[in-house]
Amino acid sequence: MVLELGQYIPGKSGIHHLDPRAKLLGLFLYGVALLAAPTGASAFLVGSAAVPAIILAGLPLSFIWRQLRPLVIFLAIIFIFQVALTPGEVMATIGPLQLTRQGLNYGLLALARVFFLVLAASLLMATTDPLALADGLERLLRPGQRVGLPAEELALMLTLALRFVPTLLEEAERIMRAQVARGASFRGLQVKNLMPLVIPLFISAFRRAEGLAEAMEARAYRGGEGRTRMRQLSFQAADFLFLLLAGALAAGTAYYRLRFGG
Amino acid sequence: MIEVQGVTFVYPGANLPALAGVSLTIKPGEFVAITGPNGSGKSTLARLLNGLLRPRAGRVLVDGLDSRDEQSLVEIRRRVGMVFQDPDNQLVAATVADDVAFGLENLGLPPAVIRERVAAALAAVGLSGLETRPPHRLSGGQKQRLALAGVLAMAPRYLVLDEATAMLDPVAREEVFRQVLDLRQAKGLAVILITHYMEEAVLADRMLVLQAGRLVLSGPPAEVMLQEDKLATAGLKLPDIMALGKILRQAGLKIPANCITVEELARALWKLVSRK
Repeated sequence: MVLELGQYIPGKSGIHHLDPRAKLLGLFLYGVALLAAPTGASAFLVGSAAVPAIILAGLPLSFIWRQLRPLVIFLAIIFIFQVALTPGEVMATIGPLQLTRQGLNYGLLALARVFFLVLAASLLMATTDPLALADGLERLLRPGQRVGLPAEELALMLTLALRFVPTLLEEAERIMRAQVARGASFRGLQVKNLMPLVIPLFISAFRRAEGLAEAMEARAYRGGEGRTRMRQLSFQAADFLFLLLAGALAAGTAYYRLRFGG
Repeated sequence: MIEVQGVTFVYPGANLPALAGVSLTIKPGEFVAITGPNGSGKSTLARLLNGLLRPRAGRVLVDGLDSRDEQSLVEIRRRVGMVFQDPDNQLVAATVADDVAFGLENLGLPPAVIRERVAAALAAVGLSGLETRPPHRLSGGQKQRLALAGVLAMAPRYLVLDEATAMLDPVAREEVFRQVLDLRQAKGLAVILITHYMEEAVLADRMLVLQAGRLVLSGPPAEVMLQEDKLATAGLKLPDIMALGKILRQAGLKIPANCITVEELARALWKLVSRK
């Protein structure tokens, strides 16, 4: 399957059991720390804080590799551009390109930021049930409701999307078979070839949306107001500890940057 | 009691009314079948019963609550549960338990009560143990039973089934239909069955026939089925058992006209044989 990125791997580890809000906030703080790190080396040091979490989560190395593999070329390009195009103290010359100390530093910094952020994000996705993630996101956004942010509705949209992805995939398969039976060919990835699939799929998706809206209304849905939730989230000691560690990482890195420059 | 009083409904942009001057009453605990050909207004009538549609003229009262009153809509929808035709369009959540919880969450119930009712509703339709399963991994019959559980959890007094078995295979159709009848027995629900399967309709206490937005026949199925001319003009055929009974009667056998199930016909035939 192509869509392995962001896949959920059910498990019973301590990381799996953390509150989704703690994990989302933790990822945010980790991102802050990565951005605050002033040098390539410090960014790698900060980034490696994710390693114990991955070990705790018990994710197989092969899984981690499959998550990061699509990034390799992208990372290489970022690195090469940063190294080659940053002026400064020349360390070596390769043909027309000059390798500078500053370039190497920025290259490593950019590499570390993207690499570790993706690593941590896939750790979050791999250890958190998508539904719990949607729930956590909603609770975190809830204070924004006062200024008009539709947190409830966003979370509902997310869960509806999760619910309907497999249904629409099935539908796409059915349409493809029906079109092939009528002589269509889906070889090649030209847009023109995909039209006999995409158009019926869209029409059916809209029809489904209409039926769904009706069914939701029939079950007394009237927007987020006055809704309660069956799933409750509760912060445990482990969640506070996790956030404390993530907060210390972010604060420590920010302090280091202010103290020793960047 | 659901009272439909002189209801007319016209879809926006349509010239002809989908329903014209329809009046009927549905008592608590009653089993009513509403039949009619495609486009006769069956589904429109169903949607008027729970306030999904509001009448152009006349009114719909659910236990005295008027569906035109915005304030009453949530309570009306709690009381009048509805299961739709397409199993895939009415399941909203990514797991079985979350789906049953959806309506309860809309009612604003506390989480502990929701969990309790979800478990009870799933047990009532025989889906216990599948709580965490995603809906697309259920069979068609299971999906419709799940939709039923989602409605049951809200503790309705009336259950509207809008062709709820039409997209299922015969085995699953029987399974869902039996489930509904069992639930009616257990919980004293009124069942309003919208169907074009005569075999299901004849099992109701009362049968209503719609044609072109008008109520043309109403009464106990055995009586309605005697009005064959009217049925024929409404495009409806006798169920096989009744058609067979009729042929046997015409051939001179003394079969009573109110045999609507296989058992009843068999019993009548047995009586004839043992009399000789």
